[in-house]
Amino acid sequence: MTLPNGWEMVVGLEVHTELRTTTKMFCGCANAFGAAPNTHVCPVCLGLPGSLPVLNVRAVDLAMAIGVALHSRIGFSTFHRKNYFYPDMPKDFQISQYDLPINSGGYLALLDGSRISIERAHLEEDTGKTTHLGASGRIHGAERSLVDYNRSGVPLVEIVSGPDIRSSTQARLYASELRGILIATGASDGRMEEGSMRIDANVSVRKSGDPFGTRCEIKNLNSLRSLVRAIDFEALRQTELLDDGGVVRQETRHWDDAVGATSTMRVKEEAEDYRYFREPDLVDLDPDSAWQERIRTSLGPMPAERRGALLDRLHEPTSAQRDALEVVVDLSLDAYVAAALDAGLDGALAIARAANELAGDIEHLGNLTSEAFVTTLSLESSGALSATQAKTVLTELLANGGDPASIARAKGFEQLSSDSLGATVATLIDEHPDEWARYRDGDDKLAQFFIGQVMRLTSGQANGKAVIAELQSRR
Amino acid sequence: MATPLRREDVAKVAKLARLSLSEEELDTFTEQLGQILEHANDIAALNLDDIVATAHPFGLINVVRDDILVPCLPVDDVLGMAPDAEDGRFAVPRIMGEAP
Amino acid sequence: MKSAVEIVRDIKQGATTASAELERSLEAIHARNEELNVFVHVDETAARETAARIDERVVQGEDPGALAGVPIALKDNLCRIGVPTTAGSRILEGWKPPYSATVVDLLLAAGAVPVGTTNMDEFAMGSSTETSYYGPTRNPLDPSRVPGGSSGGSAAAVAAGMTPISLGSDTGGSIRQPAALCGIVGVKPTYGLVSRYGLIAFASSLDQIGPFATNVTDAALVLETIAGHDPRDSTSLPEPAPSLVSVIESGVAGKRVALVRELVDGADADVVDAVQRAADALREAGATIVELSIPECRLGLSAYYLIAPAEASSNLARYDGVRYGLRVDAEDVSAMNEATRTLGFGAEVKRRIMLGTYALSAGYYDAYYGQALKVRTQMIDAFRSAYREADVLLGATAPSVAFKFGEKMSNPLAMYLSDVFTIPTNLAGDAAISVPFGTGEAGLPIGVQLLGPGRSEAQLFAAGRVLELARESS
Ligand SMILES: [Mg+2]
Ligand SMILES: [Zn+2]
Repeated sequence: MTLPNGWEMVVGLEVHTELRTTTKMFCGCANAFGAAPNTHVCPVCLGLPGSLPVLNVRAVDLAMAIGVALHSRIGFSTFHRKNYFYPDMPKDFQISQYDLPINSGGYLALLDGSRISIERAHLEEDTGKTTHLGASGRIHGAERSLVDYNRSGVPLVEIVSGPDIRSSTQARLYASELRGILIATGASDGRMEEGSMRIDANVSVRKSGDPFGTRCEIKNLNSLRSLVRAIDFEALRQTELLDDGGVVRQETRHWDDAVGATSTMRVKEEAEDYRYFREPDLVDLDPDSAWQERIRTSLGPMPAERRGALLDRLHEPTSAQRDALEVVVDLSLDAYVAAALDAGLDGALAIARAANELAGDIEHLGNLTSEAFVTTLSLESSGALSATQAKTVLTELLANGGDPASIARAKGFEQLSSDSLGATVATLIDEHPDEWARYRDGDDKLAQFFIGQVMRLTSGQANGKAVIAELQSRR
Repeated sequence: MATPLRREDVAKVAKLARLSLSEEELDTFTEQLGQILEHANDIAALNLDDIVATAHPFGLINVVRDDILVPCLPVDDVLGMAPDAEDGRFAVPRIMGEAP
Repeated sequence: MKSAVEIVRDIKQGATTASAELERSLEAIHARNEELNVFVHVDETAARETAARIDERVVQGEDPGALAGVPIALKDNLCRIGVPTTAGSRILEGWKPPYSATVVDLLLAAGAVPVGTTNMDEFAMGSSTETSYYGPTRNPLDPSRVPGGSSGGSAAAVAAGMTPISLGSDTGGSIRQPAALCGIVGVKPTYGLVSRYGLIAFASSLDQIGPFATNVTDAALVLETIAGHDPRDSTSLPEPAPSLVSVIESGVAGKRVALVRELVDGADADVVDAVQRAADALREAGATIVELSIPECRLGLSAYYLIAPAEASSNLARYDGVRYGLRVDAEDVSAMNEATRTLGFGAEVKRRIMLGTYALSAGYYDAYYGQALKVRTQMIDAFRSAYREADVLLGATAPSVAFKFGEKMSNPLAMYLSDVFTIPTNLAGDAAISVPFGTGEAGLPIGVQLLGPGRSEAQLFAAGRVLELARESS
């Protein structure tokens, strides 16, 4: 979307990602989603009197991995207390990083060739979850609220971009590229719907070239789609406001996906005085070069690199194939595709099967070896299996594992390959003498007629190429 | 050198700290805190630009633990402490604003 | 009353039993607790069970532990699973921790027998035990006077012969000052030597748990038991507990002891005199005495009364009525938090929370908290250089003997000044011990303070032992 009257939107994103650790940031409770309320809590994450935090080394490793992937400066950092009262926060302060974050600076390169600067990526702890009882289920008009502290103390990394984003499309590219990186580093599962990746957007508008305008922070963006819609709505709201001679008030706004609009949540004038100060219960963090090196070397290639690697092996890929390729890399299916290419199979076919059949049952990839994937695709391109059959075999492999050939046999696919197909074609020729005559006289269009008939008789199990071969052998 | 403490400063601070003060409390606290801060002006006045704060007196750094599970508290003990609870959660009266 | 060392020896030799020693302790408590308000909670049944288990182990020929059968009193800010722990505050009235402090686990493992929890200034904020929600504790030596604070109950328990040893916590003098006012030994260990896990926090960067005892050796024995690295406290020193008792007779011959001007200036004449006589006693024992000035000490009080309240304002935010402790109902959460905290906290705690909130708030941080942290760095450096010139520093523990009730309650600053000699050690993170030495006004005890660099406890106990012997011989 382009803004009217020469307005330009200026967007910066704050992404909170939960880290995939076994335990919480400062205690040994499980970092797990969806357990019964308050069953993953201890004196530390409940903020009981006398309890003390001890930093989870895995959280530091993952934060540094994110820093490496974002080309950040990793270095000496401290923990601070951010003081404010809120019932989902057991100590009524959040342990976060303030003036000395573990990762500062860096950038993220997007698919459209642009580069978004990263200001910082710091460690902090998550809060508990509140449920609002009464009318709406929303916080407003709720009679009372209930708090579950299972999420309290779950490690987070907050990644703050520079105000470099100029369109909702670019914001989406940034978010999905970052998501890919978080998954590739093993830092996060990137599940926005489960809240393990949460995005706040700082949106302002200006006439291009002018200094930045007053920004509003948009919260409650639970999907890439709502991110795009919210940014477009907010930017438009601000331009209309300004065009009517109004002023933008610096505030936090809430995105309502159902209504498709943002509304005032908190005016910044009421901003809290957080009284940040060094967390005296933790010591400073100073990862030496050996520690940083260990993280660097443990990292595999990032999505951009992996996309490039596959792209190079495709002959002038279509945009559809490029899109499929993104899915393949996002879901880390590139190993399968690479194996297929190594086996000399058609890259387009490999990407299509991976982006559809494999992507469709991602939870069961464990059942599918890349050998089995390659074998299945070889059978398909040799004509031994039809496209439909190959897909069925892949689905079966994902569901229960096993060997492609025996699955195909078990499903009675191969009978169609040789003799039985010949018989079917012979019968059809007898039943349709006129059509056969015209075909034999060189009217190749009739081949489609016979293929259609065979498909009908074999309920789609036949292989088009094989039928043509069969017809030609009788011409 | 900091400005002397005013009544409204104490009122503001009390609000931040979630404490309510009566009028006379406000007066006494303003006077008493004023005295203490006045005493503290001996350091507020110092020029210490070249001095850095010390985090741990013996310079401990990089104290971490392994990412290993430790048993949690029994949920009954947890909710047993709660002034008010409902279906496994801590219950509180209505929350006026979203978290910052 | 028998010392802890004697009790352990007799129990191991079968000359007495843990149960018998416990009964003696409980009798003493019954005799005077009403009058003195030392214990806020006594768990006789649990104590009897613990003592019985010790006796059983002795019968079985097992090693009952370094503190086998020694009754011990614990300050009301040390969490013990299932035992009411309130930090002297109404806001935690009746709260039973679902876990125990590391020191409690260590004591129980060593065979000690906790008899109850002792009264304290609310959240350890005070120097007289008058700010406790559960009423003031009286000084066993003169019930018209305060026992000092904030660990007044733990000091009084030992001074009244209710238990031979007890634990307190020292943030700005809360062990040493009451030890001095009650005529017993009190130790503030090196920051990080004893785990703070399970100690209800006042000021995290200053708090340390330490022992009270009638004599230096008992204090050393207790500290040996509770010291050592704890993976649950990030600020805990990496090394295991030091041996202290084995070297307690090593004396001070050839040691350099410095009498620090700023640690006696402004003290009552009889206190100054006692410190001088302590210096003489140490010289007698072969130490060389020098005089030293550490001007930074004069800034200690101001720095402390910004740093400690700042940390406290954050540490005490969690008492909001949501998860545990007191709740005063109200229309919405904020109002509930405010009503709860307003009723649950006493005046001194409110004063410090507001002071700390102000010191950290936008526009004042640099002038107050920021400056205080830098002064703290200067304090650390000043003491480090002092310890290049002397092995041990000597001064008064408190400016005067035990004062009367109400004397300082109306004037916070006057109350704060009673910690002027003890605060610098907490800011520096170093170790210090208060040993009774001589008497002053109305025959009340005077405590002298021995200070050493971090991890110098062995040396301090040896010096303290020298003063103890000098006192006995005089
Ligand atoms: Mg944050
Ligand atoms: Zn926990």
